[in-house]
Amino acid sequence: MSTHDISLRDVHVTVNGRERAATVEPRKTLADFLREDLGLTGTHLACEHGVCGACTVIIDDRAVRSCLQFAVQVDGSSITTVEGLAPDGELNPVQRAFMIEHGLQCGFCTPGFVVSATALLAANPDPTDREIREGLSGNICRCTGYQAIVRAVRRAADETAAAR
Amino acid sequence: MSTLNSPNMSAASPAARYIGQSVTRKEDQRLLTGHGQYVDDVSQVGMLHAAFLRSDIARGTITRLDIAAALALPGVYAVYTWADFDGVFGEAWHGMLGEMLQVPPPLAITDVRHVGDPIALVVASSRYVAEDACDLIEVDIDAAQAVVEFSTAHLDTDHLVHGAWGFPSNAMVEQPFTSMSPDLDQTFADALHVVECSVRQNRYVCVPMEGRGVVATYSQGRDELDLVCSCQSVHETRNFFSRYLQIPEANVRVTARDVGGGFGQKMFVFREECAVVLASKLLGRPVKWIEDRRENLIAAPHSRNEQGVVRLAIDDDQIIQAITIDHIADVGAYPACPAVINPQLLPGPYKIPRLGFAMAMVWTNTMGKGAYRGPWMFETTAREMAIDHAARTLHLDPIELRRRNLLSAADLPFTSPGLQEFSEITPLETLEQAIAMLDYPAFRAEQAAARAEGRWLGLGCCVYVEPTSMSGPTLATEGATIRVESSGKVVAHLGTTSHGQSVETTMAQIVADTVGVAYDDVTIVQADTQSTPYGPGTGGSRTAVVAGGAARRAGEVVRDKIIQIAAHQMEAEAADLEVVNGAVSVKGTPARSMTVKEVAALAYRFAEQLPAGMEAGLEATVRFKPTRFPTWSNATHLCVVEIDPDTCVPHVLRYIVSEDCGRMINPAVVEGQIFGGVVQGLGGVLLEDFVYDANGNPLTTTFMDYLLPTTTEVPVIEIGHIETESTTNPGGYKGMGEGGAIGAHAAVANAVGDALAHLGIHATSTPLGPNDIHALLVAAGHG
Ligand code: FES
Ligand code: FES
Repeated sequence: MSTHDISLRDVHVTVNGRERAATVEPRKTLADFLREDLGLTGTHLACEHGVCGACTVIIDDRAVRSCLQFAVQVDGSSITTVEGLAPDGELNPVQRAFMIEHGLQCGFCTPGFVVSATALLAANPDPTDREIREGLSGNICRCTGYQAIVRAVRRAADETAAAR
Repeated sequence: MSTLNSPNMSAASPAARYIGQSVTRKEDQRLLTGHGQYVDDVSQVGMLHAAFLRSDIARGTITRLDIAAALALPGVYAVYTWADFDGVFGEAWHGMLGEMLQVPPPLAITDVRHVGDPIALVVASSRYVAEDACDLIEVDIDAAQAVVEFSTAHLDTDHLVHGAWGFPSNAMVEQPFTSMSPDLDQTFADALHVVECSVRQNRYVCVPMEGRGVVATYSQGRDELDLVCSCQSVHETRNFFSRYLQIPEANVRVTARDVGGGFGQKMFVFREECAVVLASKLLGRPVKWIEDRRENLIAAPHSRNEQGVVRLAIDDDQIIQAITIDHIADVGAYPACPAVINPQLLPGPYKIPRLGFAMAMVWTNTMGKGAYRGPWMFETTAREMAIDHAARTLHLDPIELRRRNLLSAADLPFTSPGLQEFSEITPLETLEQAIAMLDYPAFRAEQAAARAEGRWLGLGCCVYVEPTSMSGPTLATEGATIRVESSGKVVAHLGTTSHGQSVETTMAQIVADTVGVAYDDVTIVQADTQSTPYGPGTGGSRTAVVAGGAARRAGEVVRDKIIQIAAHQMEAEAADLEVVNGAVSVKGTPARSMTVKEVAALAYRFAEQLPAGMEAGLEATVRFKPTRFPTWSNATHLCVVEIDPDTCVPHVLRYIVSEDCGRMINPAVVEGQIFGGVVQGLGGVLLEDFVYDANGNPLTTTFMDYLLPTTTEVPVIEIGHIETESTTNPGGYKGMGEGGAIGAHAAVANAVGDALAHLGIHATSTPLGPNDIHALLVAAGHG
């Protein structure tokens, strides 16, 4: 396919509870669509080949790497990005625990981690330490050595359990 | 575990309400909710997108470069090659490195010197189109044999990395053997034991999660450059581009609100940034370049990759009488900075009285070297691996060998044969604390029992001393401007460029305590050349000491002025007043008080009521220089690994750090820095290895090949603290950002070595992943 006659497509999605629509090239990744077309720059790109997890978003309750999807593939879906975890600035339990435990330094990996951990705890509210480590092993952080991240997810799980 | 040695707390120390506390970070709310502002989050009106065409040949001459098809692609605004940039720019040197080390030309001129060498720059309506256009550029390169193996590169005069520039050798620097001690040869001749050990440290790289990137906006009408970039020093970047574009500094504004990690890689200015800036200038449009991961891996500065033969002279009491190294480092084709061993530091925190060294830096057709967290750290890796090797060879206990030779607080001050003047450090004390945390005798018993069961357990140790807050061009000072606004809120403008170090938090702790206001009422502004005082950059473990010193001194001036104004207004003696939590009161009589906000109102709005002769306003600017250089910190690392004999996979079971970074501003931040550094050093031994083939092709260009540690490879890291305050700065701080990465490499490698020692294996090179361990086993006849 030559590059200048790419036919554009309409994409309709619900993002963080709001209906959004845009017209995009079929080759545009979901990550670029979120960042460039919808202005949601909280979703980060750190490898663009599916290994680092920085671009993780939740699509219909599943954690998904937005660098590995095309925007046109998610037409009609409901998406939660990091911006949607704290809609009124009120941190969710994972975000709050990251703040208390010093689970972030430069913060570049952080949206991916908090989205992944939020999805992990939604699927498994009472994980073992091993399950936390395995559940986050698809996310890479270069700053924290993971120590405080693992502690934060433990805290979020425990505090959520205590509040139930 | 924590002890505080506080010989020098001055009476004027501010009441520590926040310093020493793990307060939550000011950065976190925005970063946790997706509202950080990294360079790729910035857009400008009319902004275009850039992509580089890079060489996939390591060494060769460009024989044809045809950009016509790329230029014809709709959406392409420009395709630049060297000819477009030739003569358009001025000087290309960085303040810390000086005029001798020029940033290489923005694009290859006639030949390519490493894979990833940029050949052309496309500017288009989107990154997608820019990459399409790169594919349409036709380039022919007459490939020549690349120089890849660095240890022999200086002997190769047939293949010259910079032959096109007339350099007759691949040696960038060759320093012949230098003895720092007149009786060095005699000492080796007389020594009971002379142990020689060849240590090689592999090439592993910074890999910040955010790659490099820049948004350059050049106004042709105003001759002004606005630059948003992912960097560690906005001010040095500004100064660079002022020289590069031959416009005054004031015409260049550089900002970097949030930076997604750097670890040294982003300390200097890159040729890609130069190219993008020139493109913006020539086009008169904002241009964004965000590197992708492959570019970051193959074309952002590399690191480590050094080797050395270490010799130790040891007497019958296990006293190390002399140490020497014959060293060589790979600096790649275009080194960003000469970040190699500091041989003067080779004896490290030991009482070793004699030193000698030879060193060399050689060019190869690989990515150039830059700084990485403890850029000089091969002195630690080489010495600590050699000490373990000596202990194994002589059947000595490696901990006892260190214990007999380490400096302790009682030996200080001490001048090393490398002319380093040590004081206020605790090497032996950290060793003893770490050993106690481990329970060393119990470990050795467990190891022996495990070996009897066919399990391979090993312990590695590393002790080092870290020069932080060094002097040298640009690095000696930091500035701070602290202002109490008319609302009573405090804003501190600092010269720092944080890339994850929690600078907004720790500096706010210092400001709040020093001025006497609430932490929540302090805002730190940094990384904006238009509003902040000059700073050389965040790196070199210098923020706590130097920027912290500036914040403290400026805060003291402001606090004193608050007290003067309040004393005048309250008709009290200044000496009787204190500022606590935003209120000035008579000590012991808190009822007699006024708020800092009321003082600020006098300073700005009712200046006629100020004491006679006092300048209105409530702010101070201070430039701080520590009383001496460097500020030493130190630590001991212990690592326990178990190697699976079937798979050769090493598992880290325990990791212990005992460290002395002086008074801690924020223990959680200190420990976070240690954790991160340790995992980078650990990764460099067990997982990370940047590999080129014999033709200079990089083989590890994705995260599927360049393996980074994840949650499942990393143990719980245990930390003990000894807080010996430094007298180089008023807070008693020491730098500590790099130490984790300095100590971990040798500790982990030595642990693997210890686990294999009973099989007759001497592991003195890294990496030591499963394949490497398997190869060692095969070589030792255990295949
Ligand atoms: S950016 Fe999507 S997994 Fe790395
Ligand atoms: S906090 Fe920097 S990469 Fe995770």
